[in-house]
Amino acid sequence: MPNAMRQESPRDVAQAPLELRNVWLAFGPRVVCRDLSCSFPRGAITVLMGGSGAGKSTLFRLIGGLLRPDRGSIQVAGEEITGLSDSGLGRVRRRIGMMFQGGALLDAMTLFENVALPLRERTKLSEREVTAKVMESLEAVGLADAEGLLPSQLSGGMVKRAALARAIVMSPEIVLADEPFSGLDPVTLRRIEALLVETNRGLGHTLVVASHHIASAKRMARQIVFLRDGLAICGTPEELEKSADPGIAEFFHADADEPAPMSMHTEAR
Amino acid sequence: MRLAPIEALGFRSIRYVATAGRMAVFLGQILRAVVTPPTRLRRLVGEVYDSGVLSLLIVCGSGVAVGAVLGLQGYSTLVRFGAENSLGSVVGLSLVRELGPVLTGLLVTGRGGSAMAAEIASMVATEQLDGLRMLSIDPVHLVVAPKALAMLFVMPLLAALFTTFGIFGGYVVGVHLLGVDGGTYLNGLESVDFPNDVAGSLVKSAVFGALVGLIATYRGYTSEPSSAGVSRATTSTVVIASVSILVVDYVITALWGV
Repeated sequence: MPNAMRQESPRDVAQAPLELRNVWLAFGPRVVCRDLSCSFPRGAITVLMGGSGAGKSTLFRLIGGLLRPDRGSIQVAGEEITGLSDSGLGRVRRRIGMMFQGGALLDAMTLFENVALPLRERTKLSEREVTAKVMESLEAVGLADAEGLLPSQLSGGMVKRAALARAIVMSPEIVLADEPFSGLDPVTLRRIEALLVETNRGLGHTLVVASHHIASAKRMARQIVFLRDGLAICGTPEELEKSADPGIAEFFHADADEPAPMSMHTEAR
Repeated sequence: MRLAPIEALGFRSIRYVATAGRMAVFLGQILRAVVTPPTRLRRLVGEVYDSGVLSLLIVCGSGVAVGAVLGLQGYSTLVRFGAENSLGSVVGLSLVRELGPVLTGLLVTGRGGSAMAAEIASMVATEQLDGLRMLSIDPVHLVVAPKALAMLFVMPLLAALFTTFGIFGGYVVGVHLLGVDGGTYLNGLESVDFPNDVAGSLVKSAVFGALVGLIATYRGYTSEPSSAGVSRATTSTVVIASVSILVVDYVITALWGV
């Protein structure tokens, strides 16, 4: 089976705060998950890779309970979420921080209000404590001086950082970052990457990053989960880079200097 | 092959019934959100401002224009029968019973309802509602319920203003342009049955407000996450809410007689 490139030890699996087993999901005739299984090591950074439309965002939506699988098991922080009610899902989501691709910040609220929202809604902290926590999160992402701006007044990189600040403000066990590098210039990309690594080290959460960016994946990931044909292929960056699987090799060497393999030309036509 | 039109009719019927069922469930979610703490008074006030205060100019201006036209048309008809002294009665009754609630409903649908649907639909398209769900915050509680409730509150108030400004428009045309006696015009307004007609007018506009609020929020909330979805949500809100107002107006008038 291709999704067993690296055998997970029973200890790894037992400790995994996030685990998907034999998950099936189809949208009409299009099968997105085909008996997909993978787990994410606690406290580490896992990068979720795969071509456009491979199902990276869909996998995040499954983990967050925004989509329900047709079959299979999804365990988040030790709790099976596939059969949970809305209130049960709400309880599980308190342990997850999600950074959406477009930020998903509320347009009508300032940056401060956006980051303060989960604290005001889900905790009984005083306004002074909320302010202190929000400013701490904004300082961690370098946006302390932009607290009064509306999302429409932020640049692309600032939106990503603001989304990260909101995702981590409740100190979740798991942080999901959907395409945090998309649309960024190389310098901003490195800043966001460093920020993700720093916050992961500082806060100790399990971080899953969906990304196409191979260089940053190699730098930051302990594990890569590669999605292809509805399956998850797990391994370290080195293992996947050396993979003999033509689909993975093609993906990993697509931005190298050498000419693209013949199959890519064929696909492009 | 001959069954195809019947199948299509059946398919459409099932789809309409299913949509009605989903709207009923959505209404239940809104009602539950309204009675579940915390009370979102600040958001409600903001929504009342957006849907109500920002509609004041268009509603009051339209009220004056409609009242003025009623004055002109009413006078030209009444004068043939020597009944021009009944102008106040005709303008008042038409506005209080029908035109005030119905035209206000249509105006607010076009201005506030479409904006409400577009705002929620664009929040769907930009994953803002999913973002709230991931923060364990119910989007119906935070976003939808204050908007729907605001529409219920503002519609009777705006309809009352429309009616008042309409009576004023009729007065200006009837008294100052056409020479009807001012005291007679105002005296004619007494033919409006104060508790029944006015209460009926307020109830009608409250029902229209609830309808517009429900339809606008439902169409926005269930829209496809795309710019085309935003456009469809807005258009369908205006069409469905406008037709619903006219149909429900007939039903209330037929059943209640106001």
